[in-house]
Amino acid sequence: MNDDAGAEEVLTAALTDTGVAIRPAGPDDSVAGVRPRWVALPEATEEIAALMRVTSAHDLAVVTTGAGTKLHWGHPPERCDVLIDTCCLNEILEHEAGDLVVRVQAGVPLDALARALAAKGQELAIDVPLEGGTVGGLLATGIAGPRRFRYGTARDLIIGITVVLADGTIAKAGGKVVKNVAGYDLGKLFTGSYGTLGVIADATFRLHPLPTARAWVTATFDRPVTETQGTREDEKGVAFDTASVDVADEIRVIVPAVAESQAEPSAIEVDWPDVNGPCVIAVLVEGAAAAERARAVQDMMGEKAQVADEPPEWWGRLPGLPGLPGPADRAGDEGVLLEFRNVASRLPGTFVGPFSTAATTGTRPAVRGSLASGVLHVALPPGTEPAAAAAFVGALRAECEDAGRVVVLTAPEEVARRVDRWGHVGGLTLMRRVKDRFDPERRMSPGRFVGGI
Amino acid sequence: MTDAVLTRLAGLFGELLPADAVITDPVRLRTYDCDGLTYHRATPGIVVLPDTAEQIAAVVRLCDEYGVPFVARGSGTGLSGGALPRTDGVLIVTSRMRRILEIDLQNRRAVVEPGVTNLAITEAVRDQGYYYAPDPSSQQICSIGGNVAENSGGAHCLKYGFTVNHILGLEIVTPDGEIVELSADDPGYDLLGAFIGSEGTLGIATKITVRLSRAPEAVTTLLAAFTGIEAGGQAVSAIIAAGIVPAAIEMMDALAIEAAEAAVNCAYPQGAGAVLIVELDGPHAEVGHQFAEVERICRESGAFEIRVAASAEERAAIWKGRKSAFAAVGRISPAYIVQDGVVPRTALPEVLAGIDRLQEEYGIRVANVFHAGDGNLHPLVLFDDAVPGQGERAEAVSGRILDLCIEHGGSITGEHGVGVDKSRYMPKMFTEEDLDTMQLVRCAFDPRGLSNPGKVFPTPRLCGEVPGVRKGVHPLVESGRAEQF
Repeated sequence: MNDDAGAEEVLTAALTDTGVAIRPAGPDDSVAGVRPRWVALPEATEEIAALMRVTSAHDLAVVTTGAGTKLHWGHPPERCDVLIDTCCLNEILEHEAGDLVVRVQAGVPLDALARALAAKGQELAIDVPLEGGTVGGLLATGIAGPRRFRYGTARDLIIGITVVLADGTIAKAGGKVVKNVAGYDLGKLFTGSYGTLGVIADATFRLHPLPTARAWVTATFDRPVTETQGTREDEKGVAFDTASVDVADEIRVIVPAVAESQAEPSAIEVDWPDVNGPCVIAVLVEGAAAAERARAVQDMMGEKAQVADEPPEWWGRLPGLPGLPGPADRAGDEGVLLEFRNVASRLPGTFVGPFSTAATTGTRPAVRGSLASGVLHVALPPGTEPAAAAAFVGALRAECEDAGRVVVLTAPEEVARRVDRWGHVGGLTLMRRVKDRFDPERRMSPGRFVGGI
Repeated sequence: MTDAVLTRLAGLFGELLPADAVITDPVRLRTYDCDGLTYHRATPGIVVLPDTAEQIAAVVRLCDEYGVPFVARGSGTGLSGGALPRTDGVLIVTSRMRRILEIDLQNRRAVVEPGVTNLAITEAVRDQGYYYAPDPSSQQICSIGGNVAENSGGAHCLKYGFTVNHILGLEIVTPDGEIVELSADDPGYDLLGAFIGSEGTLGIATKITVRLSRAPEAVTTLLAAFTGIEAGGQAVSAIIAAGIVPAAIEMMDALAIEAAEAAVNCAYPQGAGAVLIVELDGPHAEVGHQFAEVERICRESGAFEIRVAASAEERAAIWKGRKSAFAAVGRISPAYIVQDGVVPRTALPEVLAGIDRLQEEYGIRVANVFHAGDGNLHPLVLFDDAVPGQGERAEAVSGRILDLCIEHGGSITGEHGVGVDKSRYMPKMFTEEDLDTMQLVRCAFDPRGLSNPGKVFPTPRLCGEVPGVRKGVHPLVESGRAEQF
């Protein structure tokens, strides 16, 4: 037996001594291409803490996973020794329906949670655009869907959290009452932190009553953008052709009118599978008198608009994903998926940005997301030339930098190494200082997040 | 801190700021000795009235250099002593920074300076059909910078959330004097969320981007009178169980009603042991539907009189009693303590019964005013400071009420903040580990502990060096996997 194998045995023994179920990692356990050495399956917060005391004593790096649907998001970890799988932390700890509050463990699947809440006529008002995820994954990535326009995102609905830090400290913040300003809001700090500050063990959310009714108003727009040809002169006085691109007038009028209307839509989504083709805009109205309010939206959207009590099939799903991601997709074999935030200029940049960028880079992006809140997802089809994909990211960023942000959620390795995944990050120095305090030895998902955090 | 250091600092501030923006005259300093919580007082060492973020940053850098603590203050309406000055420190008052810098209705946002009052934002956009949603009772005078520090709520946060849900970006001055932009749109840690509600302990907000909301099409306000608080509470539970989220549900008990009548003659129904105010807003069709439901629920729960506001004036009349309640108890008691605690809504009946028992045990009267929809209690503990021992007994009742809140899984503060007033209760709600973990955030922002020290946390902790923090080259750079960080 060589020294390495001996050391491995010592570490395995130390991990096993915690009483937590430990198994050697296999190829299916890879995190963005980095294979961990062990997978740990804790069943209680105290068990996570016991694990972390061992990983801390032996300087082992830790990555946490739930269902693994977004495990390939972010940079590959610099190192990954122990993969903590939260599958056995799957209890709904407390749901007092009269308080409209639920406390759940991180490993609870979101669909199971939704079923349990629906049985009491309630919901966690976050539409997750990927099926099969867990509460912990939702929080770690902060992903949200169409109704962010009305309800905000996970950070707006989380009211309490329990975390385990790199040294095994169990800490909680917030509580189980919606209105509470005692102490710092660690729930928000951990939401969207990609596992780099510690392990989320459980969380408490504010709930909403299930709407009594829902209606979708949908209309197709054949030409979402218009190009105007013209000529200009360069500095030497030589004339050249120009094309200025703008969003179609009807969209420019309709979307703000609906967003600001007293029908109070919960979401306004666009599905634009090919930026050289038509787009569909769908509006969700929910709650009392939904049918009546949907008719008001229909009037604003024109004769071609249709009202339905079921969503369009693309509603609330990421663009460009042929099937549901599962373990087989974990290696990063999918196309490029971007989050495109165009918050300070919802229109027309939302349309013009991807359209112009596609033309200049020779790519064929698919766009889907929230027109109302200006957060969209853009997918480049698998097989897009890595150089072209990288050029698309850079050009879209340049196009919208004043008003927006482009974050690369997923990308094949040959694209990922050519691009800056995160783009502009305000307050990065402070973020590094936060990381240094929470995880000074850089053991929690090291390198996965902004600025190499 | 020696006077010599403060004198030296005042001189240096004089070089940075206009002469009238640096106050060292003891008489004028004394006018800043407290915020809305007047029984904690401390005369600040120096007061500065900056006009720009750069001036604040320069002042803070000097404080950092000399190791002098500083406290930010907006309008000074806070009720937990969060803006209580330090005698050995500098008070940075933002009252001169009152410009609304930008209004962008198309994208529903406005950029304002921290001294702008909460209501001024709404007033600037009301004619266009928009408003700024969080509405603390002090909204006519409280500053948005103070709202950010305290994560202020208000009567309508049941439906619309708190300050943190309505802030899209901040420019802050960090405790070492850097100006940093935090945006909800940027990737990375949600430092915006961590900063809001940190009570001035992580730095000073110098520019604030707020979300504007569309004014609802319809607003209906209903006042229901019950013989007792139990029946009112039953109505609240039934409304929530019916899947209705009103904009506000407020309740007052008999003593609070008595005080309001004495103060503002609000003419609430005779003989009411409790009144419930329910406000619904949204699209006409939705409000109409829900209103019928709420009215039915109130009647079934035993309301003996229901009034519905048919106009803005009538709505104001209904709210008048509620909004005046804190000040009104001055009419029925020489002195009082305003408490702010939260319990899960379903625990309200038990906790109110517990408060009743405390009144008997201590011989102290408590008037109850509360945001019933979210379980946020504002018991007003009445006492006569001329009677020996009453003040102490009132203080004890006030503290025991917080114990009740904690026992029932609630919080020691729903909207007034911890400040100096409640820092000693933090260890009852949180473990040592919880507080140490929160302290990590503090140390990341303010390792020297100069930004509003002595607030929120019960005992000052030293941050120290971060153990094992990398020095020199970043490991990713070193390994050739990244070029710059």
